[in-house]
Amino acid sequence: MSLRSPLGRVLGAGAAGDGVRHWWQQRLTSVALVPLTVWFVVSLLALPSLGHATLVAWMSQSSTALLLILLVLAASWHSQLGVRVVIEDYVHGSGTRTLCLVLIGFAHVLLAAAGMFAILRVAFGGAP
Amino acid sequence: MPTRPLSPHLSVYRMYRYTLATSITNRFTAMALSLGLLLLVYWLMAIAGGARSYARAVQVLTLPLMKLVYAALIVAFSYHLVAGLRHLVWDTGRGLERAQSQRSAWVVVTVSIVLMLLIGWRVLCGGMHTS
Repeated sequence: MSLRSPLGRVLGAGAAGDGVRHWWQQRLTSVALVPLTVWFVVSLLALPSLGHATLVAWMSQSSTALLLILLVLAASWHSQLGVRVVIEDYVHGSGTRTLCLVLIGFAHVLLAAAGMFAILRVAFGGAP
Repeated sequence: MPTRPLSPHLSVYRMYRYTLATSITNRFTAMALSLGLLLLVYWLMAIAGGARSYARAVQVLTLPLMKLVYAALIVAFSYHLVAGLRHLVWDTGRGLERAQSQRSAWVVVTVSIVLMLLIGWRVLCGGMHTS
């Protein structure tokens, strides 16, 4: 006999309240990050220089801007999911832990937004 | 110490076990890459701020200490990428037998070191100039 309610079974949420969502998102972002990070490293190493003009020309290409946005978004989300688990593992005391989780969440949203803003600014020719 | 059974902690684990070593390295490299993300966004913001803001950032990014940071990031990226692929294979239910897992641990270490050397060699010989 199971003590789980029929609704609980259908939702599949378990004790954590959100089921396998965290685990699955970690996998999805990691699959996305394999090609994105490899592309980023290879493209960066292939650039003739890391001077400002070269970088702006590179980032002004639509494909570069698009892939960079995907990279920053996927990496931010993947990082947030990962750091979250580390905090849950090692930060004890529910107050401190909750505070850390909130701060880490905000920090990653800020990183994602700032990264995307910077990429778009260059891509749309807004960099002075 | 209480007499009741306790969950295993650092003093119980054999730290040299390949299972523990590959696992904790994956987590350490992951944390390093999270800091790398911070650096990436700082760099992107500096580019978007224009040539003068980029020149200011380059002063920081080319400090001698930063070479250590880039080396650490190359190591972290190489390891975490290959170890992550091993995890994805595990997630399909394959490669979980002890012998397979021992073998794949060596594959991860070997391939990631090759990757580190490749990237490191390209960075050194490519002479990443900032002008």
